[in-house]
Amino acid sequence: MSVLLEVSDLAKHYPVKKGIIRQKQVGAVRAVDGVSFSLRRGETLALVGESGCGKSTTARLVLRLIEPSAGSIRFDGQDVTGLDDGGMRGLRRRMQIVFQDPYASLNPRLTVGDAIAEPMVVHGIGNDASRRAKVQELLALVGLRPFHADRYPHEFSGGQRQRIGIARALAVEPDLVVCDEPVSALDVSIQAQVVNLMKDLQARLGLSYLFIAHDLAVVKHMADRIAVMYLGAMMEVGGKGELFARPRHPYTRALLSAIPHPDPSRRGSVTPLGGDVPSPMAVPPGCRFHTRCPYAQERCRSEVPRMREIAPGQQVACHFSETLPDVPAAQSNGLTAIAAHRLALYDAARHKVG
Amino acid sequence: MQQELLRVEGLRTVFQTSSGLVRAVDGVDLSVARGRTLGIVGESGCGKSMLSLSIMRLVPQPGRTVDGKVLLEGRNLLDIPTGDMRQVRGGQIAMIFQEPMTSLNPVHTVGRQIVEAMKVHSPKDSAAALKEQAIAALKRVRIPSPERRFDEYPHQLSGGMRQRVMIAMALACRPRLLIADEPTTALDVTVQAQILDLLRELQAETGMSIILITHDLGVVAEMADDVAVMYAGKVVERTSARALFEDPQHPYTLGLLGSVPRLDEDRDRLLAIEGAVPPPFAFPDGCRFNPRCPFAIARCRTEMPPLRLVEDGHEVACHRAPIEKALAMESAA
Ligand SMILES: Nc1ncnc2c1ncn2[C@@H]1O[C@H](COP(=O)(O)OP(=O)(O)OP(=O)(O)O)[C@@H](O)[C@H]1O
Ligand SMILES: Nc1ncnc2c1ncn2[C@@H]1O[C@H](COP(=O)(O)OP(=O)(O)O)[C@@H](O)[C@H]1O
Ligand code: SF4
Ligand code: SF4
Ligand SMILES: [Mg+2]
Ligand SMILES: [Mg+2]
Repeated sequence: MSVLLEVSDLAKHYPVKKGIIRQKQVGAVRAVDGVSFSLRRGETLALVGESGCGKSTTARLVLRLIEPSAGSIRFDGQDVTGLDDGGMRGLRRRMQIVFQDPYASLNPRLTVGDAIAEPMVVHGIGNDASRRAKVQELLALVGLRPFHADRYPHEFSGGQRQRIGIARALAVEPDLVVCDEPVSALDVSIQAQVVNLMKDLQARLGLSYLFIAHDLAVVKHMADRIAVMYLGAMMEVGGKGELFARPRHPYTRALLSAIPHPDPSRRGSVTPLGGDVPSPMAVPPGCRFHTRCPYAQERCRSEVPRMREIAPGQQVACHFSETLPDVPAAQSNGLTAIAAHRLALYDAARHKVG
Repeated sequence: MQQELLRVEGLRTVFQTSSGLVRAVDGVDLSVARGRTLGIVGESGCGKSMLSLSIMRLVPQPGRTVDGKVLLEGRNLLDIPTGDMRQVRGGQIAMIFQEPMTSLNPVHTVGRQIVEAMKVHSPKDSAAALKEQAIAALKRVRIPSPERRFDEYPHQLSGGMRQRVMIAMALACRPRLLIADEPTTALDVTVQAQILDLLRELQAETGMSIILITHDLGVVAEMADDVAVMYAGKVVERTSARALFEDPQHPYTLGLLGSVPRLDEDRDRLLAIEGAVPPPFAFPDGCRFNPRCPFAIARCRTEMPPLRLVEDGHEVACHRAPIEKALAMESAA
């Protein structure tokens, strides 16, 4: 698969100023601080990490909704960091975004049909009639009904609004869809509907997703590859199988072991990571994770670990990833036979009904 | 048999709205054992928060608790005078909420707020003694340098730290029961793990009971001894946490279990539950889950299934549970 998006050493620093009349810069928020990754066509790359680690800022940088302080973004082989508005116009159509908050991201005064058609109008695609037809096609694609086009957003539930947001993003037939926590605000039953829909659409339309989430179970379900961020920087990137089975960065391990599993036989396996995330205005020197890392050594406090490949397709920024103790294999029995049987009956009955 | 601390019977809380009568809590029965954790799980709007506010007699206007009993060690809290209830709140029963920032006052220091909370129950203590107790309370919830934090404002603390302060305040008077309404929903998983760990340690220390409200089945499995699953204002399944996962019976429980992606298996599609929770003023007749239930039959649309015992200590409100037997009988007929 060819590379669609390539991000190198991307940074966004916000100056912090003090003083009322003669503002002096006293520091900087290092929201994104040297991030590199690539996304192949038809692939889903997930960005994960605790809140404030720079996921949304990275998303906005990729879409060039904000300007980077340093680094480059290549989209389909073309460096977009230097492009002017005219140059960006054609590319904007090819990259769309779906936001977390389905309530805030739709204009309450536009009908759903107009909201979905809006990006086509902006990009001058088609005429009224062809756009109306496209809206109908998109509504069907995301599992909504034709008459929904004439309704207003407040008449829809959270899951339905998220479907509208997806239809709107797909209206201009993008190659890349950046999804910033698209299911985080939804109830689990609705989250499952939207996740299923997004996977179906990807298979049908060959979409590439940059998928931002903080729920690692959702990420494991959606993504092909995963990039783990901490305090503005990348800690580990790898294929999902490898990364979950053999996490090579202490922070990835900490994230994984913090997840409570829906399985009471695994109770007590959650091990919390100590301390809080430091402020992005005062990033620790050396390895930025050293203040919380259980394996930190002297070297970690002074020397920044470079991102390096330690297995095919798996990159880690840790001095000691080869010598970390092995993670004990997760002891999980999965579902009981009767639970699995009833879930299968549920699934079968649902297909019969629906 | 576990010793019972709290027993809720037939609790009903309604809101009269312009769209109709909202039955937020509609005949709920619960029991909380001493020193144990009851998990209450369900999706948004199913009545979890209104249930806990009803227990505390803090239902907001125009809501009213119109029926039922809340028995704390045999005493019905719905019958006692308002003044006595104030003593129960923060005394025997304390509560923490999802968003610690909105429950803390931004203009007062953390220390002052803890002291105020403690004053209600020990008005005779001197200022110095209260300060000492407040610092001890911060220490108990493992806040580093509590003397310094005492003089800080809520905005100077991280989300996890604020939730610790809320827990410190809630536990200041050594309650017998802590009601925690989605205490970790707004937090990162790493911070959630710290808070859950803390709650567990404090429970072991004090022997308090916990009602833990959550929509996260992982949190239930990690924390709860017993579970009640709520849907549309009613408890639809009630059992031990172990039985809920090993022998899930109610179709809504099955739908929830199938909707959460699991780290221990790879599935292409999640089960998902069709449709959405009905609006609260328009609950369907019969079983409230029937429009979304793949197993629904004619009877489900007219007759409300009561909670009934299907196994020892396992109650389910479904006409057709266990479903494999019902389906086998149907295909035999
Ligand atoms: N002031 C009010 N007026 C009318 N209806 C209300 C009011 N407050 C709550 N309700 C309704 O009561 C029902 C239960 O609400 P509750 O807050 O208990 O849900 P919940 O299970 O805690 O949901 P969440 O997971 O979103 O916190 C909902 O249908 C809600 O719309
Ligand atoms: N416009 C801004 N000015 C200053 N700081 C900002 C701005 N936008 C984001 N930040 C800071 O950058 C960091 C990363 O933010 P964000 O990308 O939103 O994180 P995430 O999406 O991972 O939660 C945070 O510390 C945030 O407060
Ligand atoms: S470089 Fe050192 S501090 Fe950083 S993650 Fe590796 S062991 Fe921990
Ligand atoms: S009573 Fe009927 S509709 Fe309700 S959960 Fe059981 S089978 Fe489904
Ligand atoms: Mg974000
Ligand atoms: Mg609630």
